[in-house]
Amino acid sequence: MRRHLLSIDDLTVDDIDTLFDTAAEMHDVQNRQVKKLPALRGRTVINLFFEDSTRTRSSFEIAGKWLSADVINISAKGSSASKGESLRDTVLTVCAMGVDGLVIRHGASGAAKQVSEWVDAVVINAGDGMHEHPTQALLDAYTLQRKLGPLEGRHVVIVGDLTHSRVFRSNVLSLRKLGASVTVVAPPTLMPSGIDGWSKDGGFTTSYDLDAVLPDADAVMMLRVQRERMSGGYFPSAREYTVGYGLTRDRLALLKPDAPICHPGPMNRGLEIAADAADAAQSVVLDQVSAGVAVRMSVLYHLMAGEDSSE
Amino acid sequence: MTVLTQTVPKTVIVKGALLYGEKQADLLVEDGLIREVGEVSAPKDAQVIDADGLVALPGLVDLHTHLREPGREDAETVLTGSRAAAVGGFTAVLAMANTNPVTDTGEAAERVWDLGRTAGLVDVHPVGAVTRGLAGEELAELGLMARSRAKVRVFSDDGKCVGNARVMRRALEYIRSFGGVISQHAQDPDLAGATSCCHEGELSGRLGLPGWPGVAEEVIVARDVMLARHTGSRVHIAHVSTAGSVEVLRWAKSQGIAVTAEVTPHHLLLTTDLLAGYDPTYKVNPPLRPAEDVEALRAALADGTIDAVATDHAPHARHDKEHAFVDAAFGMLGLETALSVVSTVMVENGPMSWMDVARVMSANPARIAGLDGQGRGLEAGEPANLTLVDPTASVTVDRAASVSLSRNNPYHGRTLTGAVRATLLRGTPTVLEGTLHEDDPDHRSDQRHRPGVGQAARS
Repeated sequence: MRRHLLSIDDLTVDDIDTLFDTAAEMHDVQNRQVKKLPALRGRTVINLFFEDSTRTRSSFEIAGKWLSADVINISAKGSSASKGESLRDTVLTVCAMGVDGLVIRHGASGAAKQVSEWVDAVVINAGDGMHEHPTQALLDAYTLQRKLGPLEGRHVVIVGDLTHSRVFRSNVLSLRKLGASVTVVAPPTLMPSGIDGWSKDGGFTTSYDLDAVLPDADAVMMLRVQRERMSGGYFPSAREYTVGYGLTRDRLALLKPDAPICHPGPMNRGLEIAADAADAAQSVVLDQVSAGVAVRMSVLYHLMAGEDSSE
Repeated sequence: MTVLTQTVPKTVIVKGALLYGEKQADLLVEDGLIREVGEVSAPKDAQVIDADGLVALPGLVDLHTHLREPGREDAETVLTGSRAAAVGGFTAVLAMANTNPVTDTGEAAERVWDLGRTAGLVDVHPVGAVTRGLAGEELAELGLMARSRAKVRVFSDDGKCVGNARVMRRALEYIRSFGGVISQHAQDPDLAGATSCCHEGELSGRLGLPGWPGVAEEVIVARDVMLARHTGSRVHIAHVSTAGSVEVLRWAKSQGIAVTAEVTPHHLLLTTDLLAGYDPTYKVNPPLRPAEDVEALRAALADGTIDAVATDHAPHARHDKEHAFVDAAFGMLGLETALSVVSTVMVENGPMSWMDVARVMSANPARIAGLDGQGRGLEAGEPANLTLVDPTASVTVDRAASVSLSRNNPYHGRTLTGAVRATLLRGTPTVLEGTLHEDDPDHRSDQRHRPGVGQAARS
């Protein structure tokens, strides 16, 4: 396994299998009364978050603590550029405290990669702008595998604001790596530029018609749509978005009854996902959250437990 | 080559240079002028520059530099930028107005002009802002800048587009009375906003970087050539970066519209795929484009649709590039490497002759900026602004070797063909054997401080 986890592209299929095997063991730990493992005792993990986050930050925090690492959260909200300090200076300052693992969330695409070139610590990308969110994609795939078995040949539909979504970018990579077929659905304004060439290369398909693709889906992933996008002219109104691309009660009926419904959260109930869909028996939204801890424990364990902290 | 002592001889003889890469001749330089061209026997006390195998070009002229003074003297000063220009073979540069304070008054322009003369290595001509504070709303003091000692003729809000069509129209009309030109940074702010930093295409989609679509440039180029036609004034398009802009320019020129255009060396060589690693060294505005655009720009430069090469030399302090990609500063160095890039791309691997290089890097930019004493022929009676180039030298670019204060060099580690060996500003060597030649400030030749000498030679 590579030293850092910056992109799903850093992982081979074998790496993902290894991560999932360990995650399954970690999942069992979650159900124990005493949840601590000693694997990262004496190691320090810093969650360096330049963007607000509740679930990802606390998920990493719990994962680190259950592995006995010392976990420190640093919220560096607001761009460091606006404070006059360079990103490099900010992360070098943090790392000078003595850090073994740096979990970084930043609003700018590529930030985790840049940071990995400056520091000695293991860097885990917890979301970089619109680029990637690899642990989210891993927990999504892990959740789906537990429901569906191997994803090879399964059809996953991803719906929503693809342009601005790091969850989409990481998921399309991981799902394709695991052999799933992927269809992405969005209005043309929320499709990333150049997606025609990319989808051809990446072996996935695009569609503007959710109703046409849903009946064939083995799983559906709804992405969060930010209401601010309306002012950017990406779509005219929330109502129009819901009618075209929301997982409404009517569309729920088109979906296979056992097809898992995923959402990375936080959900806009009534916009991209109706309450009936969010709360349906086939919704796996809460499974995703608990899988998130197990998968992040596995990632921390594999990237950090073998590391020689004396370097 | 003789090593100069403290006094600079008034007479220099350049032996055996290939004029424009074609005809071999000696150049006798006296009192800042070319006196004789041909086979010249050296006067006794003349300084001899052995130019055997070197191509002689008229001194290069750069329509587009950022010298950062006043305001960001940690990134570059007029003096250090002048050094970089001289090393790059330039004898005149235009210094963009986006300093702090902005060059939007006669006094501000004179300050830059004076700093340039004090440095004394190249003619530094301030570009005036089109609008006050580059805010795009009210006209800057265009007439007072034109009347100032700096005699400003080129105006630009570069870094920002004059986005408002009414403001652009009024500015074009206003500068007609003194023969000015507006150099437009063509970027429709609604189609490519302040965070747009990667050519909009498959790569920006994959990387999740805010896209800067070519059409944001093209719509402004199209609008401005129509405004040039309507007003009868001159528009110059800075750093053209797309094939679509080239098409518009070709049409406009076919209609006789007074439009000129420049392309940067980096847009002639580097492509957008360099952004894949999120290295802010490659972040520049307009962004690096795909190979199809690069090909179109090369063809347009060769066929004259694009008139000039201009560096857009944009030094930045290291910490301003050590941000996340979208937060890092736009721009890359260019003065020291421009000739080598053009030589590699357009001469060694392209259709251009050295005569063409002289056209796009000296004569045309001098004409566009209205610099009478620059960009002239290598003929007796002309000002002795000269650049000597070793056309076969293979140079591996080392960013640490730069005389600029900054290190944001996108060519670091690349090998280029062709190197500037010497530069003469009105007869005084500023670069010899590829190395900056700054004499003791107490013993400076007065020749290069007299930009007027060229005009005198003309009449």
